Amino acid sequence: MNAIFRALRALPTLLKVGVAEAVAYRAEFVIWLLTTTMPLVMLALWSEVAREGGPVGGFTGADFTAYFLASFIVRQLTGCWVAWDMNREIREGTISMRLLRPIHPLAAYAADNAAVLPMRLVLSLPIALAALYFAGRDHVTHDPAMLGLFCVTVAGAWLLSFSIMSIIGSLAFYIDSTLAVADLWFGLFFILSGYFVPIRLFPGWLQAAADALPFRAMLGLPVEELIGMQTRASALRGMAIEWAWVLTCWTGAVVLFNRGARKYSAYGA
Amino acid sequence: MARDVRYARLLGAQLRIAGLTSLQYRADFYTDAVMSVFWLAVNLAPLLVVYGHEKTLAGWSFPEALVVIGWFTVLKGILDGAVNPCLTAIVEHIRKGTLDFILLKPADAQFLISTAKLSPWRAVDVLGGLGVLVLAFVRLHRWPAPAALLSALLLLGAAVLLLYSLWILAVSVAFWVVKLDNLAFLFGSIFDAARWPIGVFRGIWRFLFTFVIPLAVLTTYPAMALLGTLALRTGLLAGLCALAFFAFARVVWGQAIGHYTSASS
Repeated sequence: MNAIFRALRALPTLLKVGVAEAVAYRAEFVIWLLTTTMPLVMLALWSEVAREGGPVGGFTGADFTAYFLASFIVRQLTGCWVAWDMNREIREGTISMRLLRPIHPLAAYAADNAAVLPMRLVLSLPIALAALYFAGRDHVTHDPAMLGLFCVTVAGAWLLSFSIMSIIGSLAFYIDSTLAVADLWFGLFFILSGYFVPIRLFPGWLQAAADALPFRAMLGLPVEELIGMQTRASALRGMAIEWAWVLTCWTGAVVLFNRGARKYSAYGA
Repeated sequence: MARDVRYARLLGAQLRIAGLTSLQYRADFYTDAVMSVFWLAVNLAPLLVVYGHEKTLAGWSFPEALVVIGWFTVLKGILDGAVNPCLTAIVEHIRKGTLDFILLKPADAQFLISTAKLSPWRAVDVLGGLGVLVLAFVRLHRWPAPAALLSALLLLGAAVLLLYSLWILAVSVAFWVVKLDNLAFLFGSIFDAARWPIGVFRGIWRFLFTFVIPLAVLTTYPAMALLGTLALRTGLLAGLCALAFFAFARVVWGQAIGHYTSASS
């Protein structure tokens, strides 16, 4: 309990440092933005499919535009690379610095990662406005309750992606090739989250699988909420699954990290 | 002449060391092989969904689009196996300042750096890509003519040269922007778009992917050459484009090296 209180008290300072760091490495940020252009490529592709053969499974060209622009924004808000940082710091031994501090390293990592969100929000705002302009107002939900649900879902999606990245990062305490695990995770994520293909265009059994697994909640669900493709009931059901996964994965990350840190001995330290 | 012989011997030595180094990590072969099959499946999934809804896309039938994916996978194997490891190492050298040791050696720095590392296990990707190509032609019920095969191989050479030049250009940026851990991701994510025939993209994307980052030269043109539908003029232009990019990358690299101010100074 005491530890949580301590972390909360340090949070504002950690966030301030994180924001300052994000501003200091502006150029890296722009490049990071460019690495996440896949939704825009998929947008071009699916628009062409809809243009040639008419609507695909109920998706018109405008639907695809709204879907992929929204998924670009959601990805900006929920993307998280902490597995790479942890892997490097564990391998090089620099994680010892974090272990010495009186705050749980996972809380510090979370603050680092949350601090970059304002910068990403600023950079993706023009795209959000463009989305509103191109897709038209009909393609953004008018339901204020749904917008509220969207915010909660995005927060959950960020926590979920942070937890899973932390699990993969903590694996570096135990095994050598954590980055292969990250690779595997991203491959599954690309397919099952709706990043490449809206989940609705999948065959039924695959949709059911995507619903039960944590992937869809991380991208497809908030996107569909934002563009008005989810009813309140289905959104609430999706969120229940999402937060169940958040709890499971966060607990898993903390347990894995603590057990790993206990047996860890930095090389050369 | 003597210089060429010296560099040829140097290349031999570099590749031997790189090969021996990677032989120490034989277990990587299994992870790489599994991951290669896995990513092939991931890459094929959107294609299957698209062609589940359409017979042709921008004039490309399913087997023809498979030829493009096949080329994409072959190139990805070459990129990950021979190009990426070296260039990731440069970024690390720049960050830590250890590039000094390479610059001090009495040989061309770009040459030394570009041949320093290899991940031969990534050749599994190349095999997977060739498998997809064979599958595509089995479904087309015909085989490429010898001339088509030859021109496709020449274009593959151009594609590799172009990839390498683009990488050198990206790495040159690292001299100005030091914190560039995600350079490989940037490159990979742009390269990812090359798995689709260029005809799929319209307007600004088509312009971008043909002239600014010529993805068409990487996969679409070699695939068209293999299918025997590429005009000779386009093929020649693709080769010229690769050479021009190589020359440009060489000049930019020279400029970038001039900007290098080690890490401690």
